Amino acid sequence: MEWHTAVVSPRGVWWKPAGRQERLWIMIAFAWCMVLFAMMPFWHLKGGQNPSGIRSRVETKAFAVRVERFIQDYQVGEEAGIPVVAPPPGSDVYLQATMWAWKPVLQLEEGASYVLHISSLDVNHGFSLYPANINFQIVPGYDYGLEITPNSVGEYKILCNEFCGINHHQMLGKVIVVPPGTTAGAVGGER
Amino acid sequence: MSKPSLTDVILRRCPVTGLGVDPHAERFIKLHAVVAVVTFLVGVVAAILLALTRWQAVHLLPADWYYRLLTAHGLNMLIFFIIFFEIAILYFAGPVALSSRLPAPRFGWLVFGLMVAGAVLVDVMVFAGKADVLFTSYVPLRAEPPYYLGIILFAVGALLGVGHFFAALVVAKREKSYEGSVPLVTFGGLTAAIIAVITLLHGAAVYIPTYFWSLGLMNMDPQVYRLIWWGLGHSSQQINVAAMVAVWYLLAGLTVGAVVLNEKISRWAFVLYIGFISMASAHHLLVDPGMGPAWKVWNTSYAMYLAVLASMIHGFTVPAGIELGQRLRGFVKGRFGWLKKAPWSDPGFSGMFLSLLIFGFLGGITGVTVGTEQINIIAHNTLRIPGHFHTTVVGGTALAFMALTYYLLPLIFRRKVAFWGMAKLQPYVFAAGITTMSMGMTFAGVFGVPRRHWDISFSQAPFTMEFPPAVDLLMALVGLGGVTAAIGGLMYILVAVKSVFFGEKLDLERLEPRMAGVPQGVAKLPAQVHSGPAAEAVHEGGTPGTVVLVFVFLAVFVLYYFTNWKLLSMIWKIG
Repeated sequence: MEWHTAVVSPRGVWWKPAGRQERLWIMIAFAWCMVLFAMMPFWHLKGGQNPSGIRSRVETKAFAVRVERFIQDYQVGEEAGIPVVAPPPGSDVYLQATMWAWKPVLQLEEGASYVLHISSLDVNHGFSLYPANINFQIVPGYDYGLEITPNSVGEYKILCNEFCGINHHQMLGKVIVVPPGTTAGAVGGER
Repeated sequence: MSKPSLTDVILRRCPVTGLGVDPHAERFIKLHAVVAVVTFLVGVVAAILLALTRWQAVHLLPADWYYRLLTAHGLNMLIFFIIFFEIAILYFAGPVALSSRLPAPRFGWLVFGLMVAGAVLVDVMVFAGKADVLFTSYVPLRAEPPYYLGIILFAVGALLGVGHFFAALVVAKREKSYEGSVPLVTFGGLTAAIIAVITLLHGAAVYIPTYFWSLGLMNMDPQVYRLIWWGLGHSSQQINVAAMVAVWYLLAGLTVGAVVLNEKISRWAFVLYIGFISMASAHHLLVDPGMGPAWKVWNTSYAMYLAVLASMIHGFTVPAGIELGQRLRGFVKGRFGWLKKAPWSDPGFSGMFLSLLIFGFLGGITGVTVGTEQINIIAHNTLRIPGHFHTTVVGGTALAFMALTYYLLPLIFRRKVAFWGMAKLQPYVFAAGITTMSMGMTFAGVFGVPRRHWDISFSQAPFTMEFPPAVDLLMALVGLGGVTAAIGGLMYILVAVKSVFFGEKLDLERLEPRMAGVPQGVAKLPAQVHSGPAAEAVHEGGTPGTVVLVFVFLAVFVLYYFTNWKLLSMIWKIG
């Protein structure tokens, strides 16, 4: 038997069975790889956090119109010049990213589910909810409809974490999560 | 009298390795390596300024220069430095490793010229502020058209360089410059070259239309751009992985005579890279709106993690080969005597081994974890991402290439390694810096700190926003680690430049053990072939030390992976 380094040309037949330790390691590594793979479908079935969403193409203009209508329907105030909107639990919620603002400010209820539609009117943006640390890529021309359920009351910020031009670092939005039942009066934008 | 062989006529017979070196191949190795170091210098200077900007307490650069230098840093490090160096490696892995001639020296000049022209054009555009689009240049962010043209020129040059390597393999085979099969190092280089073709074709498919788009001649869909761009962007990292693993095998052989455990297994692991690794462009699209869950799960896992399996195989066979090599050299005491007695003051060895550790323990584990479809929700575009890839491509690939440089200087440039004391220290400084910086980034990312962001104090934003104080500490680590790594990088540049241009000439015929400026593997090359009863006995004993190392690795992997699932389960319900 002859052994050599990786700079030596192997001669004759080098197609030989692997050693015992090497074989064992490969089998363990393969089993681990199967665990890694199985975890993803498993989480789709049993886990609560999946990036699937309702995904569709959307014209940027059409999305902007949809956001304006959403604001008209449910606006309850204004903060830093940005409308504050309190949609009813279970509704479709619209969030628009542009250089360099998130619009509107959302007021959501703890424990209620919403379909959060996010899209961009210009370049790529990154939706990053702080401090929950939830991150999604926002691509112009695509509507990402994520079903979300806020799990604790408080004030959240939306950072932009995809470079979107020179004032990228000024792009900051807001989500306010209030206790259950608080937004009941806002239905239909009556307030 | 027999006809003089080709080797005697045009090739230089290397007295250390016994390989035949074509002077043309040698020249192109030198040229590409030197330009690689120049682009590396540009990247390092940018790195220092960027680290001192993200360190919020210092916050050095203004916003426009932060984004501009971030663009330059990515391009010069990840594209120019690495690919120039890889083409140099292909000149070694082809003609030199096979003791063959370079098929078309003039063609080599075309390759070099195109790559240099492309790199210069890109850098001019970036520094002139006409391409503030970052490394990824996501459409519809737009750079001036010559920027895209520069990338195209560079990529075409690199693609032709890869073609030259293939031609060299054919010529060597036909002219029978070697017997048996190509060495494992060449096989690894071939793997890198095949992945490079896949990568560069993606590059053409995305940059050529983008060039026309920038001229206003056609439309580009931003999601399609991201898909194809990452076919280039991520696959190019897989060229690096394959090249780096080949360099591990090469240096392990030259420094301690590491043996190949099993040619079949190691080659299969390289083949797995070719088959599956390009699917990993999906890692960047896991939380994108354009693709569905089935596409994401299948692609992000490289079809059931077969490329991860490949890396885990190399992660065993490389240290096990080193262990056996050391045991064959007589370092047989206990489980770890071989490791303790390894040549730690040889930067070729220390750099290679640190690269192996950083790539495996930090880069590999974090990469698989954040590349999991759902876990990506808590990682995408946070600092965890650069925290991950600075341990793969910098702590892994760049460090391995630096280690290789300490062997190229005496063997190819035939110079002593200058500033020898500093050279011996360099891999440690660089490894410590990059590890510190990446850890800082990774943990800051867990708090949601974004990457590619000039001001995380949000001083000009419509709302107030403050990260917890722990983030300040972590960002200080990023700054300090980054500067330390950059100092390690500058040490490397100093050693390389001094050795190449002003270094002491080295006569490879007259080598003595323990010469200053000569790595121990060059001064006295370890035995490259072993046989006989003593070797049989060592192989019977197996590699007990490596077995412990890989199980520690697996334990860390399992722990980190499931901790992240736990973290994910605590956030809002999302579906």
